[in-house]
Amino acid sequence: METIEKNVAEAPSEETLLVNAARGGDIASFEKLVKRYDRNVFRIAQHITQNREDAEDVVQDAFLKAYQNLGQFQGQSKFYTWLVRIAVNEALMRLRRRRPERMISLDEDVKTEEDSMPREVADWSPNPEQQYSQSELKDILGKTIQGLPAGFRTVFVLRDVEGLSTEETAAALELSVPAVKSRLLRARLQLRERLNKYFKRRDGEFRP
Amino acid sequence: MKCSDFLKELSDYLDNTMDAKTKADLEEHLQWCHNCYVVCNTTKSTIEIYRGTEVYELPDELRGRLHSAIISKCECHKKTGDAAPAKTEAASNTKSGK
Repeated sequence: METIEKNVAEAPSEETLLVNAARGGDIASFEKLVKRYDRNVFRIAQHITQNREDAEDVVQDAFLKAYQNLGQFQGQSKFYTWLVRIAVNEALMRLRRRRPERMISLDEDVKTEEDSMPREVADWSPNPEQQYSQSELKDILGKTIQGLPAGFRTVFVLRDVEGLSTEETAAALELSVPAVKSRLLRARLQLRERLNKYFKRRDGEFRP
Repeated sequence: MKCSDFLKELSDYLDNTMDAKTKADLEEHLQWCHNCYVVCNTTKSTIEIYRGTEVYELPDELRGRLHSAIISKCECHKKTGDAAPAKTEAASNTKSGK
């Protein structure tokens, strides 16, 4: 997470120089941008598509599209936000292709408010993640977030995992700020509810 | 304040993006409502755990292959205005390595 925040918050002037040079055809400058953001794009793509092969394709296609369309990047938003928008669109396209039976849209307002109301209220252990090994924890987190509707998952990943602001998330997803806020709250509450079974305090009991 | 009102404000509370008055009202509610206190703490933990865990890492070897594929496509686009030939080659390279 530290890396991401550092990347995103880095001095804009240096990034603007790289973007301008890349726009002028300097591939070495573009490669620096690739190295700066490829991990973020991969993570976002994998979270949305839930498929490794698709995520690899998204990384390639998103960067290529960004390169091809640098002329249209106005510099009003951050390069990273613009790149995320391209990557999210590519990822959603692949997700729709793979699961055509389910219409997937970021605009879908999937469930009612009730689905996000806490059903189980239980205290967690003081450091719940330490009950599990790193690989068990990754598995739990991956499986849990996979169960969220794509629209919620995407907002949560951009806001809470990648550290974009609400406004940047709204810009990247072409959603309104209230829509982002509503999805974020529901995503957070639903994830909390689903993680309960792994992390809740079990005094004197073994975990499953 | 009702619990449902507290929940509506929970995200802004956790992100600390609210005015002092609303924040004070929420904290007053938290003092006596154990359920909201637990939901607030566990939601905060949920965010922190996701933030602190790299669920999907990009392995160095794959990263290298993706870089080569991206750069060769960009070079192809620069020369011809089209990325198609490099795309096919790069995509097969990437997948054959798995």
